[in-house]
Amino acid sequence: MRLLRPNLTLRRRMALPVAPVTDPQTNVLPPAREGNTALRWIKENLFSSLFDSVLTIISLLFLFFALRLALDWVFNLAQWDVITENINILMKGAYPSDQVWRIWLGLYLLGAIVGINLRAWNRELNRTTIAIAAIPLILALLPFASENARINLIIIQVTSAAAYLLTSILGDKRRRQLAAVMSILYIPVFILLLEGFTDEDGIMPLVKSDLWGGLLLSVLLATVGIIFSLPLGIVLALGRRSRQPAISALCITYIEVVRGVPLISILFMGNIMLQLFMPQSLPPIDRVVRVMMAITLFTAAYMAEIVRGGLQAIPKGQYDAAYALGFSGLKSMRVIILPQALRIVIPVIVSQFIGLLLDTTLVALVGLFDLLGIGQAILSNPNWLGRSQEVYVFIGLIYWILATSMAFASQRLEKNLGVGRNYDESQ
Amino acid sequence: MSAFYGSSIRSSWWLWSRLSWFFLYSNMVTALRTQKEVPISYDFLHDTAGFNLGESAIAFTCTDPIHRAMLVGLLNTFKVSITGIALATLLGTFIGVMRLSTNFLVSKIAWAYINVFRNIPPLLLLIFWYRAVFLKLPRVQEAIVFFDPVFPIYIANRGLFFPWGTPTESWSTYRWILLAGFVLAVFVAYRLRQHGKRTGRMPLVSLWFAVILLVVTLLGYVILPDPLEITKPALKGFNIRGGATLSLEFWGLLFVLVIYAAAYIAEAVRAGILSVDRGQREAARALGFSSFNIMRLIILPQAIRVVVPPLISYAIGFTKNTSLGLAIGYTDFFAITGGLILNNTGRAVETLTIILLVYLTISLIASLILNMYNRRIMLSH
Amino acid sequence: MNRNSAPARTEDPIIICRDVQKWFGKYHALKGISMEVMPQEVIVIFGPSGSGKSTFIRTINRLEAHQSGQIIVDGIELTHDVRNIERVRMETGMVFQQFNLFPHLTVMQNITYAPMYNRKWHRSKAEKVAMELLERVGIPEQAEKYPAQLSGGQQQRVAIARALAMQPKMMLFDEPTSALDPEMIKEVLDVMIELAQSGMTMIVITHEMGFARAVADRLFFFDEGLVVESGTPDELFNFPKEERSKQFLAQILSH
Ligand SMILES: Nc1ncnc2c1ncn2[C@@H]1O[C@H](COP(=O)(O)OP(=O)(O)OP(=O)(O)O)[C@@H](O)[C@H]1O
Ligand SMILES: [Mg+2]
Repeated sequence: MRLLRPNLTLRRRMALPVAPVTDPQTNVLPPAREGNTALRWIKENLFSSLFDSVLTIISLLFLFFALRLALDWVFNLAQWDVITENINILMKGAYPSDQVWRIWLGLYLLGAIVGINLRAWNRELNRTTIAIAAIPLILALLPFASENARINLIIIQVTSAAAYLLTSILGDKRRRQLAAVMSILYIPVFILLLEGFTDEDGIMPLVKSDLWGGLLLSVLLATVGIIFSLPLGIVLALGRRSRQPAISALCITYIEVVRGVPLISILFMGNIMLQLFMPQSLPPIDRVVRVMMAITLFTAAYMAEIVRGGLQAIPKGQYDAAYALGFSGLKSMRVIILPQALRIVIPVIVSQFIGLLLDTTLVALVGLFDLLGIGQAILSNPNWLGRSQEVYVFIGLIYWILATSMAFASQRLEKNLGVGRNYDESQ
Repeated sequence: MSAFYGSSIRSSWWLWSRLSWFFLYSNMVTALRTQKEVPISYDFLHDTAGFNLGESAIAFTCTDPIHRAMLVGLLNTFKVSITGIALATLLGTFIGVMRLSTNFLVSKIAWAYINVFRNIPPLLLLIFWYRAVFLKLPRVQEAIVFFDPVFPIYIANRGLFFPWGTPTESWSTYRWILLAGFVLAVFVAYRLRQHGKRTGRMPLVSLWFAVILLVVTLLGYVILPDPLEITKPALKGFNIRGGATLSLEFWGLLFVLVIYAAAYIAEAVRAGILSVDRGQREAARALGFSSFNIMRLIILPQAIRVVVPPLISYAIGFTKNTSLGLAIGYTDFFAITGGLILNNTGRAVETLTIILLVYLTISLIASLILNMYNRRIMLSH
Repeated sequence: MNRNSAPARTEDPIIICRDVQKWFGKYHALKGISMEVMPQEVIVIFGPSGSGKSTFIRTINRLEAHQSGQIIVDGIELTHDVRNIERVRMETGMVFQQFNLFPHLTVMQNITYAPMYNRKWHRSKAEKVAMELLERVGIPEQAEKYPAQLSGGQQQRVAIARALAMQPKMMLFDEPTSALDPEMIKEVLDVMIELAQSGMTMIVITHEMGFARAVADRLFFFDEGLVVESGTPDELFNFPKEERSKQFLAQILSH
């Protein structure tokens, strides 16, 4: 090692030139790499080295050929009449045409509920919320929408706007109550609308769920699955951390078994075995409901894990504070802990919803006519022989648009409203 | 989290859950008694299957027992998942690294890949590729041929045909050479490791291992008089003879599950590499490490810890997803048990129970591995 | 080598920076810094946040590339030549604000990896040197622990030992104590003071003015990418010339 310095004061002071002090005002040099910013960007991001340039050229070639292939197919080879002719079936399945107004009515309601919710949870309108609110209008402007669909979509838009404005009359708290109640009631009301409740010549004759299909059924299955699995998932998550070993063992077993097996096996079980677990006295449950139950039971296990993740993210201090204030165990859970935990996991629930929407295609394998099932049915019609590429690409496009737009909206909401984070982080 | 449930709630819940289970169970028992009049029994597993299976790794005929058919299915499931997980890991890593590229186009192409395949239902992908692409491949007579004279690969709507070797007389000697090469490679790798531990500089052990194995394999092949007789597929009349075949169902399922899983793995790999703090790279650079050593000694060991856990769960997911093979007629475990056997015997409760147990065992084993891995990492933290 | 022996040998500066400039995109982070550092000199750099202190010190071992001007370290000019850069980096140790220890390696491995892989030392030698260094920084008993098991002050001392293990000719410190709790700052400063007294050439970014008073040969006050004022601790603390340095010193010395 080096020698110790004997003494600080004896250190040699070196007479070095003091660094020149330049004045910042007079020393405004141009950036080292001046010139066109676009050119510079291209140089830095595409041609920064020889290897980089090779990669760029390969990518460009790839993109060129892929795009040419795709465009050639879309505009020259593909015959899109199979879609335009069947668009109604793809959207709603075999739902009787003279009863379609019930679906539209349900969608008006949905528009209203979106309007109410946007007013209730948002302090001001920003670009994201406007984009969400304007979805019906955007859809109405799409090229292949029919006259009828356009009118209905515009009505939805108007209802939505009206609901937004009407909700403004209410106070902050009332708005939120209204939004919550309406949202919870919506799904049963919508199903009742679809199902009908009068006899043949009544205003709403029964439409058996076997006739529901297409995109309508896919979205319905995913929505029902998410909504009904939430309470079940909360119960399972709480049960899992229960100190009563029998309960926690039961919940853990359920969660792990369901998460350990493929969805298709749960659907098979639901289809075949649910009937066995029901009392003999009840009439047989129809197929769509059985599948809904299977999907709900399946999703509940995943939801339980999501909720558990949320609960784990709550600092222990929150429990302590709740107990210190005299809340009982269950009450502190309900009033203090769960609301925070659920707020944190909203984005995860959204992505679970997206995943579930994509997974609902599996119901085609147990004989339901969801979007994919309808597509298969159309293709089995000899008239449309050889159009499988068009049909599958169209269906894929719908799923892709739904999934990406939901993911995008959820991301934006996360950013704007701070959901998905702890309160203290989001402020 | 003390005193979470009041004792009254606890006991009432317990009672309730017991009652509800009993309710469900008694319903099932009555249903089985009155409707089907067949008691639950697993004896049917020993009955003859009565169906043939095209895709089988072991000998199977329609007179074999049902449990053997299940085994065939299980092997088919493993066949797809093991090759598929390996391929998906490679592809996913490649795309994950592409995503991190500083080249704008490369990164965006990877992004598009990930985005598209994560947002389209895998079943739709599978049916699309199988029905709308693979089945539209030309007939055998007009098969597409690659690398013709040297290594002909035929692609047709009946499968993928490629050259394959059948053992000749010298094969048994060659096997010994391979074994010896393997032993040598292990030995050298072991010595290199020891040397690395002693000096502190670890050589590239796995590279040496692979090189030795490769050299011995090639040398042995050159020295011996052709231990394998390579037969190349060739068109004979309406059929392709020679070589080996992969059924359209197999490679359709493999292809789709691989491109689908790779999208997820790519994200995991990207997240893993990004999870290593920037300061790590800087500190390593400040100490004078070369960029290869920074990757090998500092970045990768840390990234792998983050990547492996999701990778294991994607591997489980991959295995579960092979059940989608049902949609295109690939006879995996689920298609055979939940499809063929269930239809033939009508034994819903039994077959579905077996299905649950088998998948559960697979995921339990995988989670066990995951837990072991996590514990090992915990220890070194 | 006794530095008191007269007459003083005419030594060459070990670090020479001439009009170093650096842009981040359009942002002009360094507007022309010149500085010469003699062997065994201790330089302290201070100045407001965002003034370019870190950027400057990182150009010296080329964690950031400068875009104009000249930097010569230990006789090697920093250019695009990679081999030169690695040589320079082996001669300059660096200690970071956030420690940047390798979390997957033990303390011992953290210290020995660089000499083993980059100086090609045998493991036994590397470990012997590492143990000596751990003793020097006062934590020999922590050798087999992982960084996460150490306190912040201990981690920073390991980071110093890690840099010293390469036996660098000079050390760069980028705010080594500002991520530490007050009671740990002293243990790190003590190690640094000992290091300075042992004759190490050091460039230290810090606002610990006690440290500067004790060991610094010269102080540089940075602001807006420029050296506003420089001089001995005496000169700067007692007779600052520039208005900005006065204000800044008044602020940091007041607490
Ligand atoms: N990689 C980078 N890209 C863009 N700008 C940067 C980068 N690194 C630093 N800067 C900018 O350069 C300026 C100088 O940064 P620098 O880190 O050198 O300041 P500093 O004096 O060390 O401040 P502090 O005391 O906060 O560490 C800052 O305005 C910073 O925003
Ligand atoms: Mg800094």
